[in-house]
Amino acid sequence: MKNFEYVLPGSLEEASKAAADGGAKLKAAGVDLLDEMKNTVATPDKVVNLLSVGGMREIVRTKDGWRVGALVTLAQLADSRLPAAITAAAGEAATPQIRNVATVGGNLCQRPRCWYYRNRAYACLRKGGTVCYALEGENRYHAIFHNDACAIVHPSNVAPALLALGATVVTNRRSIPIEEFFVLPSDHVDRENVLEDGEIVTEVQVAQSRWSSAYREERERDSFDWATVSAAVALRMDGAVVKDARVVLGAVAPVPLRSKEGERVLIGQRLTEKIAQAAGEAAFKGATPLSDNAYKRLVGPANLKRAILSAGL
Amino acid sequence: MRKRKTQVALRVNGEDVEVAFVPHKTLLEVLREDLGLTGTKHGCELGECGTCAVLVDGKPVLSCLALALDMEGREITTVEGLAQNGRLHPLQEAFADLGAAQCGYCTPGFLCTSKALLERNADPAREEIEEALAGNLCRCTGYLKILEAVELAAARMRQEKTRGR
Repeated sequence: MKNFEYVLPGSLEEASKAAADGGAKLKAAGVDLLDEMKNTVATPDKVVNLLSVGGMREIVRTKDGWRVGALVTLAQLADSRLPAAITAAAGEAATPQIRNVATVGGNLCQRPRCWYYRNRAYACLRKGGTVCYALEGENRYHAIFHNDACAIVHPSNVAPALLALGATVVTNRRSIPIEEFFVLPSDHVDRENVLEDGEIVTEVQVAQSRWSSAYREERERDSFDWATVSAAVALRMDGAVVKDARVVLGAVAPVPLRSKEGERVLIGQRLTEKIAQAAGEAAFKGATPLSDNAYKRLVGPANLKRAILSAGL
Repeated sequence: MRKRKTQVALRVNGEDVEVAFVPHKTLLEVLREDLGLTGTKHGCELGECGTCAVLVDGKPVLSCLALALDMEGREITTVEGLAQNGRLHPLQEAFADLGAAQCGYCTPGFLCTSKALLERNADPAREEIEEALAGNLCRCTGYLKILEAVELAAARMRQEKTRGR
């Protein structure tokens, strides 16, 4: 790891000012940043430690929902009383040791796992190069939607769940509906979200609702692995009938991907296995797999079907 | 603002230590290189194998993905801190009795992670042990003996507690 200057800001303003400096990186627990720094994919001159700011570590119950501090750990979130999709997504992320330190803000802002991105030998598109090596290379874990320019998948477990529940990301400058937080490579190929220099996620707000929700993922190893496909589903049920639905796909696109196609199949219908299956198929119909990841188009609908059924039944 | 070596006060295995290191050192590197506590092992370095797990304020964390600078004021326990008063921790005894270590490289991480589990749950079910140890990889044992050793240690600790009453 390259040496760096360690900045311990006493306030968000100080942190923001230090982070706005070109060679600086923000860190919370540092789980993802240290990984990048060891691979010398990130070589910051300054590391700005958000842990020294203080606060942002609590889940606060408000009269209409929850305010989750950006430094709340995934373990805290998994043990909380937030909607089921969110606690399940947090509890399935990484390993117990990582969940004990990794934060909600860090989870939303982590960089992609693409092996070309993480390997210093490849000057890929996302690192300022001209080529996405995954398109013609090894791409079994890559995107099957929006994969024409850069085929990363967004690595966050928690993001699809927060998107299904319509959460809001709050920064030191503004509130952003989570649906507008993540960006596609066609808009910005060098970052995964709308955050500007010096902008810091401070909390995530989740409204309380009567929607029932579920998160489900498939992975190669049962104990700990990155998802090959994931799905977060929130349903507003009236008896056995789906009045409204939000369906979000994870690990298949550069952003957590809302599937209106899947939602349209569900809304107004009695929830049955057949309808859940049809929604799963509709959600993956427009997929454009690469050479090694067409399996996601088969596993994805089955996973989504199960997530829909467990949200609604 | 810190770039050169910094003097930091850490608390490791119940002892206060002052140690000087450069900011980019991980907790794992400081434990091994500056404090001579080589029980904690380097593994994948990327958060996937759990062999570098230590306890920070009683919770298992990965020392390879933690900056040592962030550990000021925290209570760190490594595998060297498990034995008390010259007696091995019941987990260490059970691992030895049942042959739950083969090459032994993953053992410190398993021991620390299991200790945290047994402190919050004295009688964990097999699935709860599997869940708690999901972040620790072992390439020799096939895990069965490790799971059995944690169960044996838990049973012995419960017995000891009952006798102590």
